[in-house]
Amino acid sequence: MPEHTFRLNGEQVTVDVADDVRLLWVLRDVLGVTGPKYGCGINVCKACTSHLNGRAVNPCAIPVKNLKPSDEVTTIEGLAATVGADLHPMQQAWLDEDVAQCGYCQPGQIMAAVALVRKIAEENREITDTDLDTIRNVCRCGTYFRIREAIKAGAEKM
Amino acid sequence: MTGAERSAPAGPDGRVVGRRRFLGYVLAAPILVAAAELGTAPRAAAGIPSPEPTALLDLNDVMTAAALPTSGLITVEVHADGTVSFALPRAEVGQGITTSTAVLIAEELDVPLERIRVSLADARPELLFNQLTGASNTTVSTYHPIRVAAAVARGRLLRAAAIELGAAVTDLTLKAGVVTDLVGRSIGIGALAEKAASMTTQQVSVELKPREKFTVIGAPHGRVDALAAVTGRKKFAMDLDVPDARPTMVCRPPTINGKVGSVANADEVRGMPGVTDVAVIATGVAVRAQTFGQCIDAVRALRVDWRPGTAEGQSDESVLAQLKAAEPPLGLPPLTPYVEEKFTFHFRGNSALEPNCAVADVRSDRAEIWASLKSPIVAKETIAATLGLPPQAVTVHVTEGGGSFGRKLFFDAALEAAEASQKMGKPVKLMWHRADDCRQGRAHPMATSRVRIDYLGGTVLGYKQRHTSVATDLSHGLGEVFTALAAKLPVGDIGFSETFFQLSQSTPYEFGVSTRLLNETNKGFNTGSMRNVYSPDVTCARELMVDRLAATMGKDPRRFRHDFLHEDRSRAVLDKVAEAGDWGRAMPAGTAQGIAFHSEYHSVSAALVEIDCRPETVNRPIRDGVAGPRVTKAVFAVDVGLAVNPRGLEAQMMGCVMDGIAQALTSSLHLRDGYFLEASWDNYFYTRQWNSPPDLRIIVMPTTTGEPGGAGELGVAASMAAVACAYGRATGTMPTTFPINHGTLSFTPKPTVPPVPQSPTDGLNHAY
Repeated sequence: MPEHTFRLNGEQVTVDVADDVRLLWVLRDVLGVTGPKYGCGINVCKACTSHLNGRAVNPCAIPVKNLKPSDEVTTIEGLAATVGADLHPMQQAWLDEDVAQCGYCQPGQIMAAVALVRKIAEENREITDTDLDTIRNVCRCGTYFRIREAIKAGAEKM
Repeated sequence: MTGAERSAPAGPDGRVVGRRRFLGYVLAAPILVAAAELGTAPRAAAGIPSPEPTALLDLNDVMTAAALPTSGLITVEVHADGTVSFALPRAEVGQGITTSTAVLIAEELDVPLERIRVSLADARPELLFNQLTGASNTTVSTYHPIRVAAAVARGRLLRAAAIELGAAVTDLTLKAGVVTDLVGRSIGIGALAEKAASMTTQQVSVELKPREKFTVIGAPHGRVDALAAVTGRKKFAMDLDVPDARPTMVCRPPTINGKVGSVANADEVRGMPGVTDVAVIATGVAVRAQTFGQCIDAVRALRVDWRPGTAEGQSDESVLAQLKAAEPPLGLPPLTPYVEEKFTFHFRGNSALEPNCAVADVRSDRAEIWASLKSPIVAKETIAATLGLPPQAVTVHVTEGGGSFGRKLFFDAALEAAEASQKMGKPVKLMWHRADDCRQGRAHPMATSRVRIDYLGGTVLGYKQRHTSVATDLSHGLGEVFTALAAKLPVGDIGFSETFFQLSQSTPYEFGVSTRLLNETNKGFNTGSMRNVYSPDVTCARELMVDRLAATMGKDPRRFRHDFLHEDRSRAVLDKVAEAGDWGRAMPAGTAQGIAFHSEYHSVSAALVEIDCRPETVNRPIRDGVAGPRVTKAVFAVDVGLAVNPRGLEAQMMGCVMDGIAQALTSSLHLRDGYFLEASWDNYFYTRQWNSPPDLRIIVMPTTTGEPGGAGELGVAASMAAVACAYGRATGTMPTTFPINHGTLSFTPKPTVPPVPQSPTDGLNHAY
């Protein structure tokens, strides 16, 4: 079987798996990294949202062969380390607002939130309700309002 | 005001002698293990005449009463490291009961919340009815037993400390997990865990802490599993590392409950990359592989000849015709003026974000199952029977659940996993694809509700509601509860569904002679109790008619409700949302407020929403989604009698508001040719950020009854009704079909063969 290598949460990893297996399954089924969740498999629910080189992506829609050895994949498990702390400010905001209910979608929500805040910061503007409306991550518990509050609070500290 | 009676819990001063004394046990064990034998349900206010069965006994009372004889088997354990553990015989699916349970123990035991470890108990058949999670009953039925067990533990710890410190028990205080005597000597509960243990099982009488001394109960607490959730460490069933349990999916039929006829290419699929096994099971063809991605490939490659299902050829239109034929008569029109309307509620999916899933390891002589299960005892017994094993050979572990909304009352995936594991002779990690979850999963049944209210002058003479529904499957254990207690119910000899309906529904207004009936038809669908079961539809229909009646009488909707509501508690929540939401403020054309009320589970609630139905809002562009009217603001007031954890209650009500918005405006299943067209979240339009109110306020009312009422589902009904009422007022036309956008199909249906869509490959193009 073909070998694929990329960086995962700060470490180089190599997996032996078919070219077209999507990154989500490489993470979960091969590497045992279970923070990114399955919710649809077709890049609509966003529960698996993770970062590739700092940008939000959905591993359910990325064949593992598309990754280069230098590509840095960050899952929720590696988010805090990107700021050298036990918790990323967005994770802390999530705790402060007690956002999670069942928690299944929340790793994806947090990863999406961090990417959104970074993107808006790069555009040199404040986050707006219209920006928050663009978040596509489904939360079936309906934590949307607390997500909005947590993103505004977390953005202040990023 | 005949319905204004109130139960009599411990008085407002909390000093009713004998009311707080309970019996518990200390069990024979090497460490301190305290158990509660029985709780009480002090509010079964029997004997007071009332036209409303729910005022005598509601669904929660039935479940609480059913649970009583076995509640004694729940145990609080104190460990040498100073932690306290409790295995909760319920399912945590996001509703926050592990947190609220920890709160109860922390309060009664005087141990810091962070040292309480609440896990989920395996299926325990000896608990009989006391391991069913549903009907917002957990806190109602466990509030006393858990506290009694904790109080027994507290008493034993103080006795052990008295011996250690050579002091009188009355001179000791237990605070923050440390016992201190009058001169300041102290000992932690960890050091007492073995010393307080008992060599024999003993019965102990304890008094519970009076309400006025509560410092933990009633204070806001974050979830005990919040850190695990935000770091990705929280483990759901599919995250468990069970040795050799490989990903498994099922190739399912193109129509609801179709059956496998023959498989043309099983051997070919068995040879596909990563695939280890292919086996026909009752519901389809199971494939096991190294990754779920390879399961998807295999499912898509299978060539199966399917037999017809249980809804062959049926559509929205044909089911509507069946409902019409099954509608019970409303009777002759009254001679007095009346308002009357018929409402239609389409099928809705109750998929959680975590799809149906389970891990199973079945051997020749035993089986082990891991899944989020709200009826684990029924699951265990059914799985054992299916596998041909004795029930005691089947161990069922209840895992943390990624949402339920009624879905996890059933164990469809656990049963399939067990069957697949047995047939393959290997452990499996079985998960439904989202398309399976939408198309073959449980749905909230389509229903019609007809309401007639007759009145004369300013008096309402009678209220009739006739609810006609596709049958709701209640075969998950609630039925057993009702069987056991049917003779005690004040509703006569009627079926389970009607009993459930009568017990969960009430008319909170002074509407004269009030009757509500349920009639069910067509058992061909996979249905289930969706969050709040019948109430969202029944309440939505009622509240819309209350608005119409108010308009007919020339009264303001809030004023009308205020004047006709039975109870002070009810008027209080209504007044609260009206005040906080600035009811009656001037709003632009095309926008409006709506207000609604709902009571259930010994709790009362009111919602006020503002909606924007202007074309520029309704038609705003949303990719692969539905915009529609926007609820711009929601204010929700809730009185659950006593909120154990107000912060958790707020979260639950927020979620209920989102469900109410979805049910009123956007989310439904479309039935055509025997299958549901929806196959994923880009077809099924549950509330998304762009539909959610940017202004949302939940108001938890001060303690009223002093006893916790149900909360988990409570808020859906009033929310849905308020959105519907607001929509009617904004557009000038009362909606009668829900969700309001059902007539417009807002997506292109995905194919049914193969049954699941392939994952995209263009993920890198969408990075942001």
